[in-house]
Amino acid sequence: MSEFATTNHYGTETDTRENISRRRTAGTIWRYVFYLSTSIAVMALVILILNIISGAFGYVAVKNTIEPETLSERGAPLTELSSEELIAILEANVSTGLLRRLNFEEPLAERSLDDLVELVRIRVVNPQIEETWNLFPSIFNRREIDEWMNTKAEPGTRLEFRVWLTARFIVSPQNPDPQFAGVRTAILGSLWMILITIVFAFPLGVGAAIYLEEYARDTFVNRIIRVNIYNLSGVPSIIYGLLGLAFFVRIMGPITSGAVFGASATTDPTGRTVLSAGLTLGLLILPIIIISSQEAIRAVPQSLRESSYGLGGTKWQTIWHHVIPASFDRILTGAILAVSRATGDTATLILTGAATVIFIDPRSLFTQFTALPIQIYQWSARPQGAFRNVAAAAIIVLLVLLLTMNAFAIIMRDRIRKRRLM
Amino acid sequence: MDSKTDTSEEFAGDSTEAGGSQDALKRAMAASTSATAAAPEDTDGGPVAVEIADLNFFYGDFHAVTDVSLRFRTNEVTALIGPSGCGKSTVLRTINRMNDLIPGTRADGRVLFNGKNVYDDDVDPVEIRRRIGMVFQKPNPFPKSIYDNITWGARINGYKGDYDELVENSLRRAALWDEVKDKLRQNALRLSGGQQQRLCIARTIAVEPEIILMDEPASALDPISTSKIEDLIFELKERFTIIIVTHNMQQAGRISDKTAFFMVNDKRSGYLVEWGKTRELFFNPKDERTEAYISGRFG
Ligand SMILES: Nc1ncnc2c1ncn2[C@@H]1O[C@H](COP(=O)(O)OP(=O)(O)OP(=O)(O)O)[C@@H](O)[C@H]1O
Ligand SMILES: [Mg+2]
Repeated sequence: MSEFATTNHYGTETDTRENISRRRTAGTIWRYVFYLSTSIAVMALVILILNIISGAFGYVAVKNTIEPETLSERGAPLTELSSEELIAILEANVSTGLLRRLNFEEPLAERSLDDLVELVRIRVVNPQIEETWNLFPSIFNRREIDEWMNTKAEPGTRLEFRVWLTARFIVSPQNPDPQFAGVRTAILGSLWMILITIVFAFPLGVGAAIYLEEYARDTFVNRIIRVNIYNLSGVPSIIYGLLGLAFFVRIMGPITSGAVFGASATTDPTGRTVLSAGLTLGLLILPIIIISSQEAIRAVPQSLRESSYGLGGTKWQTIWHHVIPASFDRILTGAILAVSRATGDTATLILTGAATVIFIDPRSLFTQFTALPIQIYQWSARPQGAFRNVAAAAIIVLLVLLLTMNAFAIIMRDRIRKRRLM
Repeated sequence: MDSKTDTSEEFAGDSTEAGGSQDALKRAMAASTSATAAAPEDTDGGPVAVEIADLNFFYGDFHAVTDVSLRFRTNEVTALIGPSGCGKSTVLRTINRMNDLIPGTRADGRVLFNGKNVYDDDVDPVEIRRRIGMVFQKPNPFPKSIYDNITWGARINGYKGDYDELVENSLRRAALWDEVKDKLRQNALRLSGGQQQRLCIARTIAVEPEIILMDEPASALDPISTSKIEDLIFELKERFTIIIVTHNMQQAGRISDKTAFFMVNDKRSGYLVEWGKTRELFFNPKDERTEAYISGRFG
């Protein structure tokens, strides 16, 4: 028997058991720590979501400027009136300028009954919001609301439950009255902007990553470039906003405003266009895309490249046929995160001049525009309480937009991954 | 048994597809017998396919291979043997310039392929690799279908024939056809390790290189897969020149015509101890280090 077999450096059987149970205990403690951190994160998310949802629903106290029953001689509700009666009410109650504009858009006589009722309701009855409550006070604090109605409300004020996030809210343009404001212009502005950002930053970022990983030698200059790309990814977006303002808006103004392409009629001569903003956001996420793509490319095993070269593949064929397909799902993952960041970014847009009050849909690269985060920012800063409810509804729209885009990208990525591995 | 019957029925007229390990083994035995009967010097055999002359190889500052000179003849199998880290893979990878892919490496000396130094400035490494195929130690199929694994190399190299035929022939020659013929569209990564390695061999022979380099192609495989690959090497040598690295002495003895034995010197640099006919080297080594290594006394 060798010495190894006869001496025992680990103690008795009991010692072994104790040792194992000590290690188990440590493991259990850590498991609870991880559990706790997950719970805190989930709780924070739930609070955030509840808070947003709470703002998008709730009671409002509304008072009509003119009671609808007083409008017609019969004292009938609006829906029972004929077209002629409704047109007469409109002609009697709104300014001639507005009448002319409405007639110009579509002659009143040719409009549908529903359309006319809606017009009378908005232009003549013109309900005003006196006070709003969020969802949770609406449910749990009815007493306070009733008290407000009894003591502070003027006569004729009604209490209504309002859902701020409606189909009308999504398809309507911006409006100075919170009841009629919508996010259509902002959604379209955001989509245009994101499209420009992706088209600009994705190919550029992936291209740069391919160069840095597959072609660039390990020289001093290249190392400095790499380090700087890492640093750039941490620069706050307000600084990119300043850069965008100086470069895309001011210096490149003639191009980003479309002036050199003769697009001046519809556009803003200052270069504060959706193009400038999209390009600036592209710069913002470029380092993130480069870094995540570099990491994706680096994760491709060298053996895959060797099998391609071993069959007589050129460098380009190796990259195009093997390296990119093998890393594309990871490249997409990084791009998804980057684009989400761009979609929600506000500071950059404030500086590159997304206009806050804009009523027209973006129609080209060179139009002024507004975007969802800007719209939310602007609404939350308004003094009327109702705008805060509108902002909450817009936040939900922004989140749903982000979720949809991410879901789409993730499904695409998973299909690519599956096709590669099945 | 069934599958073999199928094969012979389908390809009754194909003489190169004489299939089955039995035949291959017989031929192998015949080959090695004839090798013993021949003269001991390296003057016989076919024309020289590759000649390595005074090769020194550096990984950065590390002098990995010192003064190697070796000849490989057409339609012969040459085995490179020696202890781990003695530079067998390095030497193998200099032949098709695979080491170019590792930054900071340098090869001094000459590697003559059909008389032309592959390290000359006017030589395109892509052409070298297309004409000198390689099978790696770890199976590395593309993460694509079995079919695409075979056709990719053919496609980029301008293959003009029928692709289905190419796939079938290559897989048959690599003794893989029967196992995969029903799932050619399946991803190659779902094959077993041994099947993957035979697929890598199939895709290498599909581009019809002149020389095939194999770096321990059977090191991760079970005995059955190993013997299939050994049979395959016998088949292949009728058409190709094969250079194979192996740690398995029996394998080297079974399959190779020539063997080169490497060791490391006191600076951890690899050098060639001796080379020649496998029979000679195994049964009558000139150098006592060779004898010690082969008989398992060190290494
Ligand atoms: N990429 C590399 N960079 C630096 N040194 C390397 C590299 N590859 C191999 N080496 C060194 O070169 C020497 C020879 O390596 P090589 O892989 O050729 O050995 P080998 O004979 O194939 O060994 P094994 O039988 O274990 O595969 C070893 O000392 C190894 O550490
Ligand atoms: Mg090796």
